[in-house]
This record gives sequence, structure tokens and C-alpha cells, in this order.
Amino acid sequence: MRQVLILGAGSAIARECARLLAGQKAELFLVARDPVRLDIMADDLRVRGAASVSVLSADLLDRDRHPEIVTAAFDAMPELDAVLIAHGVLPDQTECQASVAATMAAIDCNFLSAVSLLTLLGNTLERKGRGSLAVISSVAGDRGRQSNYIYGAAKGGLDIFLQGLRNRLVKSGVHVVTIKPGFVRSPMTAHIDGRDGPLWAEPDVVAAGILKAIDKRRDVVYLPGFWALIMLIIRLIPERLFKRLSL
Amino acid sequence: MRRRDYNSWGRFPRFPQTALTMPWRSDALPRSASASPVIPYGNGRSYGDVCLNRGGAVIDAGALDHFIAFDTETGVLRCESGLTLGQMLRLVVPAGWFLPVCPGTQFATLGGAIANDIHGKNHHREGTFGCHVTAFELLRSDGSRRVCTPTANASLFAATIGGLGLTGLITWAEVQLRPLVSQMVEEESYKFAHLDQFFGLSDGSDSDFEYTVAWVDCLAHGEALGRGLFARSNHADMAVKDSPKWPVKPLFTVPFCPPLSLVNRYSLRLFNGVWYGRQRERRVTRANHFAPFLFPLDRIGNWNLMYGPKGMVQYQCVLPGENGREVLRSLLRVIARSGQGSFLAVLKTFGDRQSPGMMSFPRPGVTLALDFAATPDVLQLLDRLDAMTVEAGGAVYPAKDARMSAATFRASFPQWERFATSIDPGFSSSFWRRVTGSAG
Repeated sequence: MRQVLILGAGSAIARECARLLAGQKAELFLVARDPVRLDIMADDLRVRGAASVSVLSADLLDRDRHPEIVTAAFDAMPELDAVLIAHGVLPDQTECQASVAATMAAIDCNFLSAVSLLTLLGNTLERKGRGSLAVISSVAGDRGRQSNYIYGAAKGGLDIFLQGLRNRLVKSGVHVVTIKPGFVRSPMTAHIDGRDGPLWAEPDVVAAGILKAIDKRRDVVYLPGFWALIMLIIRLIPERLFKRLSL
Repeated sequence: MRRRDYNSWGRFPRFPQTALTMPWRSDALPRSASASPVIPYGNGRSYGDVCLNRGGAVIDAGALDHFIAFDTETGVLRCESGLTLGQMLRLVVPAGWFLPVCPGTQFATLGGAIANDIHGKNHHREGTFGCHVTAFELLRSDGSRRVCTPTANASLFAATIGGLGLTGLITWAEVQLRPLVSQMVEEESYKFAHLDQFFGLSDGSDSDFEYTVAWVDCLAHGEALGRGLFARSNHADMAVKDSPKWPVKPLFTVPFCPPLSLVNRYSLRLFNGVWYGRQRERRVTRANHFAPFLFPLDRIGNWNLMYGPKGMVQYQCVLPGENGREVLRSLLRVIARSGQGSFLAVLKTFGDRQSPGMMSFPRPGVTLALDFAATPDVLQLLDRLDAMTVEAGGAVYPAKDARMSAATFRASFPQWERFATSIDPGFSSSFWRRVTGSAG
């Protein structure tokens, strides 16, 4: 991967991906909200070996800006090899249940904004006939559970969208990979207890898995891989039984 | 995000800590809910309680891990304080540069290296880490950010080097690196039968060798008192074709904390005898990668767990002048008689290069470092060693300490009151309250 666009570059997983790519002397285009943090990241990536780093400060919830972001990225990097969509938010389930506004905000950030970006990016890559779209979804999207079904519904919707997009773009030579991380020790999960557990992974481990998935042109990857087995079991539980479980 | 508990390396004392996170250096200084004082916490590699804050909070600086600028022409590296020295080396070594001072572990952070003004096996040449720091930014609890250099904010610069994290949070720092030709070091190991031979070797090596250090058998007594192995080395000055190994992972990791200390008088006697006897010839030479030479203990992950649930204390003192050599003999005699001690007891002579740090520990003389299981007997023994050290005009090293008395600290650092005027009122540590006699 020579030229990579990273949306939601401030997320822990995206930062580790960017560092690995910098070590491979890639050209990077970072989009995140905070301009000061973008500069901190850009300096770091240049020192770590990135051939070039461009930054654009934007709130990805502002869909009106999406066309401008995509245009700017392709202007800076006409031979764009890969896009990583990494922004997202883990909403408070209880708060969402009590508030339509909170629920819609979570759906907006985790699903709608990604759909908007993917529509624009997909069309451009389809015309160019090459490139990879790597999108961070979640194991939470595999089955609705009472403890986080708002987040899960957004990610589940994203999964279906990506399936369709993959199916559409495969004939143009554009690769779409759905990334499904399990529990990751990151600022997004800092409030959760029990992060020492064996199911928890470091962002750099997940990041290495993402780059490998892009290189190998995988369709759907669980990271770390053992989550594929866990989620297979979770999906196989009959709904009659599942609805009574407290997961 | 990595850190789950906030112990120091010795795991003594141990108590729950409130941790505040600071993922970006542009963030405001985090405050605890009760507005109680804070202390920066890097990677938890200091041994005692300089990085602990019972009843207060620690600022986890581990996420401050961004590089800022690296001039490959001049070897000036500017980066955030939470980067470990190992992470810095991984970047600069392939570019032909090296840290001018490396401690015994690559897992210490840049911020910790400055706050403890650490030293290495080349102290006799390069002085302390602080001698090579050209600038840093200090974030104070009043929200101000002060860039300190030897000439700008000079008194804060001097107070912060060796200032135990008490003068504010170091967000970034700039270091002058030294050129490196090869990753290999050419090492010579000499067996010495007693302390006089150690001093002979050390005095004869300091002018021609970058690194000198000795392992000493802390249980040997009588004629053999102070026997050990002396290592001296220089960086190879020719590039080696075979790419030398720089292992990412330790050879072995202690998987869990055993219910009892594995280090006791029996295992110690066995290990020390084998280790000393392992080298048959008086002199052995070998080419070695710098990592195993400089960071031998990093090859065993979590080695601190070997001391069991009670944890360990490390003791490091410096004994100045000619008289110090005699006092060292007495110290070793007392330790050998106690039957306590560690696999890795270290002797090294410090040089006379002055650190810019006001509270820097090293001073010309000989330094002894060894660790002990943290038992009541050991704490008594260490009080005796303190008395002998202070009597000799020496000092005990705060970065390794969890138990010295206020009197020992004040005798070791008579300038402490002048230093105290530079302390940030929003910062404090368990160590500082202990050695200045305030509660907690």
C-alpha cells in the first residue's frame, strides 16, 4: 500500500495502522476532527518514516463535507490504494434507551456517516477500477443483545451495506473488507471494567490484522481471529433461547 | 491504554491508585476529582514509590508516545515523554544514532529517564541522561507550559532533571544523540577474585572503554569478599555484515507471581556459585548485540515477580572518594553475613561529569546496587546500610527506594530545601511525603 486515506485517524486502531504504514514509507492522508491532534499525529508519522502526510480537519458527522473530503484525498493521492474508515462511537446503551436523540446520534456516527462516505468513495474507486475499502465494524453487529443493540444495530446495518457494496464492486476490481474487532483496549472502551481479561486485545495487534486483511484481499475478518469462533457460536444459539440470556 | 495496575517495579509498597489519562500532549493537565496532588507515571520501572501517590492520583503518561522531530543530520531527537527508551532506539539505531546514556532496561520512559536523571554503564564518560537533554516542555498545574533549556527557565530545567516528577509534567523533551556505526559491542569479561581486583580493573578501564560494569557475588565473604565478573566494552567501529539479532520479545517471561519468593539464601548461593564459576578463564572476549549487553534483565519478562507477593526492594547507594572503597568493603561484609541479596548485584564507578540536575544522584565514587525480597529483616539490614552510607558522605538513590528515612534522604540530598521551592504545588508523591516527613 503506497497511498492510504484514513478517516477517523484519531481512533486508537487507526493510529496504530497509520504507524505501521508509516514504517512501510506509505503516503498518508488523515482526516479527524481536532486540528492540533492531527498535527501531532502527522509529525509522529513523518518521523516514523511516512513518505508524506496530509491532514484535513473535519467532523465526519457533517455529511455536507464528505464530497470535499473525498475530492481532497484523491487530489492529494491520485493513485489511492486503500481507505480505512475507523471513526465510531460506543454509546451508552441505557442513555440511548431513554433518548431518541442519543440513539439517532449513535446510528448517525456508526452507520449513516459511513454509508455516505462509502457511497462517494465506492463510486470513485469503481471508476478507477482499483483500491481497497477497509471498514471497521464490530462483533457487536453479529447479533442484537440487550446490553448494546443500538451500537450493534448500527454496525449490523453497516455489515449488510458492505456486503452489497462488495458484491457490486468486485467486478470493477475494488476490494471491500469488513473488519470485526472484538474487545480492544482503547479510549473508546476505557470506562469498561475487566479489561485485563483474555478476550481483550491491544490496538496494535488489531491494526496489524487490518493491514494483513487488506493485503490478502479478505472479505470479512474477525480480529483477533478467535472471535470468528465465538461469534459463530453466538449466532447459532436459537432466538427462543437467546432472548432469555443476559449477554 | 496498556497499563492495568499502577505498581512500581518493586511491587512494594502496593496499593490501589487512581489513574488519570492524558492521551494528547495538547490536553490540559488532568485533575483528580478531589483536586488532590498528582504525580506522573510512565512505565512503572522505578522501583519504589517515586511514581506512586497514595490517596492522590497518578497521571498515566504512557499514551504520550508521539515523535515530534528527528534530524538525522545532527542527531537531535524531539519526542513525547511517554515513549520508552527502547521505542526511541528502534527509531534512531537504523539511522545511525544512539542514546548517549542507557540504563539497565529499555522499558523506562523518556520522562522517567529525566525525572530520575538516570545513568548507565558509561557514566564515567557521558555522565547522566540529563547531560544530553537540550530542552523539554513542562506542563504545570496552573496550566502554563514552560519550555526549559539550560538557558531559558534555567532553574526549572535544573530542578526537573532528577526532580522526581515533582516540578510538573514533562510533555516532550529533546535529546542530543550520539553517532553509532554498528549495533554490536565488543565485550571483555574479567573474573575478579576480590574487591581490590575490581578497583584495579575499573580504574584501568575507564579511559579506554565506553561501558564498564561488574557483577558481584554478594554472598562471598572472607578472602573472596567482593569477587565477581567485570565487563567492559566499546561499540564496534565497523559495520557488521550479518544483521545482528535484536530480539523483540524476552527469552522467557515469568508467567505468574509465585506464592513465595524464589530468591532465597539457597537459590542465591546456588546461582551465585554457578554464575561465578561459569567463566573459567580470567578473560573472555565476545562480540555481542548492544541490547543483551546493556539490557540483560529485559531478556526475562516480569522478572520482578520472582520475589513473590511481598515484592522486592532495590538498594542503590553511592560512596564517594577513596574512603568509599573501604566503606564498600564493610557494606559487602554486612550483606554477605545477612545471606540476603540478589542474583544481580552490580558495582560501578561513577565519573566526575557534573549533571545539570539539581537533585541528581550520581557523584564521583563507587556505586552498589542490588535487590532484596521485601521482608522485615531486609528493611532492618537496609537501615544499617543507610547509616554506613550516610556516615561515608554518600547517598541513596530515590529512583530505587521505597523505605529510606527522611534523615537519610536529607543527608543524601542536602540541597532538598532549595529544590522544594521549584516543586509544583499541584504535584506530590508517596516518596516525597515520606522523605520530607509529611503524612501519607
